[in-house]
Amino acid sequence: MNIASFAPLAVLLPILGAALTFLLIRHSKAQRTVSIVVLSLTLLLECWLLASVWDGGTSAVNIGGWLPPWGIVMVVDQFSSLMLVVSSSVSLAVLVYATGQGMADGDRDAPVSIFHPTYLILVAGVSNAFLSGDLFNLYVGFEILLTASYVLMTLGGTGPRIRAGVTYVVVSVVSSVLFLIAIAMVYGATGTINMADLALKLAELDPGTRNLLHVMLLVAFGIKAAVFPLSFWLPDSYPTAPAPVTAVFAGLLTKVGVYAMVRTETLLFPGDTFNTPLMVAALLTMVVGILGALAQSDIKRLLSFTLVSHIGYMVFGLAMSSVAGLGAAVFYVAHHITIQTSLFLVTGLIERRGGSSSMDRVAGLAKLSPVLAVLFFVPAMNLAGIPPFSGFLGKLGLLQAGVQLGTPLAYALVIGGVLTSLLTLLAIARVWNRAFWRKPEDAEHPDPVLLADPAESATGDRAGKANVTLLPRTMVGSTLGLVIFGVGLTVFAGPLFRVADQSALVMLDRTSYIHAVLGEDAAVPALSQPTPGPDPAGDQPADGQERK
Amino acid sequence: MSVNLTLLTVMGALYACGIYLILERSLTRVLLGLMMLTNATNLLILTTGGYAGLAPLFSKDTAPGDYNDPLPQALILTSIVISFAVTAFMLGIIYRTWVLAREDEIQDDAEDRRVAKTPSFDVEDDSVIPVETSEFPLTMLGSDGQSVSDTPDGADATVKVADRKLDAEVAASEEQPGSLNITPPNKEGGGQ
Repeated sequence: MNIASFAPLAVLLPILGAALTFLLIRHSKAQRTVSIVVLSLTLLLECWLLASVWDGGTSAVNIGGWLPPWGIVMVVDQFSSLMLVVSSSVSLAVLVYATGQGMADGDRDAPVSIFHPTYLILVAGVSNAFLSGDLFNLYVGFEILLTASYVLMTLGGTGPRIRAGVTYVVVSVVSSVLFLIAIAMVYGATGTINMADLALKLAELDPGTRNLLHVMLLVAFGIKAAVFPLSFWLPDSYPTAPAPVTAVFAGLLTKVGVYAMVRTETLLFPGDTFNTPLMVAALLTMVVGILGALAQSDIKRLLSFTLVSHIGYMVFGLAMSSVAGLGAAVFYVAHHITIQTSLFLVTGLIERRGGSSSMDRVAGLAKLSPVLAVLFFVPAMNLAGIPPFSGFLGKLGLLQAGVQLGTPLAYALVIGGVLTSLLTLLAIARVWNRAFWRKPEDAEHPDPVLLADPAESATGDRAGKANVTLLPRTMVGSTLGLVIFGVGLTVFAGPLFRVADQSALVMLDRTSYIHAVLGEDAAVPALSQPTPGPDPAGDQPADGQERK
Repeated sequence: MSVNLTLLTVMGALYACGIYLILERSLTRVLLGLMMLTNATNLLILTTGGYAGLAPLFSKDTAPGDYNDPLPQALILTSIVISFAVTAFMLGIIYRTWVLAREDEIQDDAEDRRVAKTPSFDVEDDSVIPVETSEFPLTMLGSDGQSVSDTPDGADATVKVADRKLDAEVAASEEQPGSLNITPPNKEGGGQ
């Protein structure tokens, strides 16, 4: 049985769910149930997909029976299924959080009835992008998730959201147009847009043409992934959206860009043609991003800048094009999706409890709500890369790979990576000191909520009554779930790292992918492998049986 | 392979006008620019399909080379649908901007301006601390919360939001989406 035959369900289920929730637009309770059930089913399906490729192997399905390279293929391998599982877990947690928020304050801030269908379509787009084995289908996946994200970004249509939405929409459309131009040129040059077929045909092109196509794809994906010179739009547009929306955007959207960059670099254009520029971009992304974060006084904006900055780590891992570097980057993507999303969810809770997300206004939260403090502290330390956590492990893997590479630029990146990590710690510690540790009276413009009569809180009235509306149990619960999931990545880092390294090996080797899509007799052009090494998984023969 | 020069010229003109228009500040022009860019790209995709041929309906007598390449046309159809959706959404946004702000221009991010105007002097980190702010030893003696914010801050910076000129701090607090219960920041600080 071909496992990939079930892969299209990961896209279909959310779309069907979206249709159903749209029909139930007047029944918010039924809507909530449908979307949570649908996402849970999708998550289960994706866990099954991951389990079946856990030990290596790639399988592909031809949609509608059209044979590649003409038809659309969907490809399941370790990298794509790992991304699917992490992204669906995160989106399920955010969905629960959002329904909790919707139940707590009704439709005041966001028309939740629109939220559910749009959110499911976003998830479908993300799944489609991760599974796609066809350049144009990847574009369609991007467009599905972007169109859904336009609606989510401007939910409620308030002034600031519309202002931020305009920037976001225009930048996204321009990047999509660039991507489409690149697709057209790729098709013009090779006559195919199937990624496995391209892997064979792009190698035959004239180096000049190939480099042009390569740069165009990288720029288009670089805008979506927010790599430094192209990252200006992100901190401007993310912070104004509703908290759950910002959280899911921060977790997923940029990572889909990173995923596309990884596929471009490994499958379509292997080799090290653009490794040096990518490394420079990675260094600048890390350093400039984190310096921006230090200047902010709003927690959401600060987190948006750290998001940009940490994209640099992933690009660094990718740019080394070694198994160790790419494997660490894969692990880092999984870690960062989880951690960044949980931090934004906690910020949403801070905003509810403290009345604002500005560090000039909130203070003393550690005393007011110790749960909130713990929920913030754990992912924050994880983000900064404090030893036991997965952030540390991912960064350690990247730095080791950098030292292994040993070029001066790699050493510069290693130093830059350590510096960025320390500056992240500084930025996070400032949030901690200001929002959690200092007394409310010391804040520049304390929010009235924080200055309420201390006697009231002493009697426990506040804890018993007000806290329930300020911090609904579903919201805290889903955030807690995601934080625990993040800690789980640390606990199970061993097997995860093994899978990440294996997937890196398979991606750099390409044989498995090309054979899965085009059949066994496709001749894979040999290329100068940086680290050939013995194949520990021995998964080449296994793939043969995968595909019938 | 020969290419259609007219198509190429039209495409180039559309790209040029499109890029010029999206650099404008007026939203309607930006929208027009985006439409031109997407249409120019559609023409580009059409060009990549090679020269025009017969409609790709299979018949036994036709040589395979005589057909037109159907794939680019399928791609164009998809991309037209997508750009249609985006255009409709942009029109909605433009209308909303007009309803809210009575203008058709991209507005500045107030928080961005405020951060840019913040002096490098940081109250929290750089000021001389008047009293022991630690939680434990001196609370009994009454840390009078000597207003830390007496120290100079950038409160007199102003921001232009829509048609109003606002104090930067106030503008920033209006920008906060979640803070519904804000009061205008009082200059005394402390807020006892």
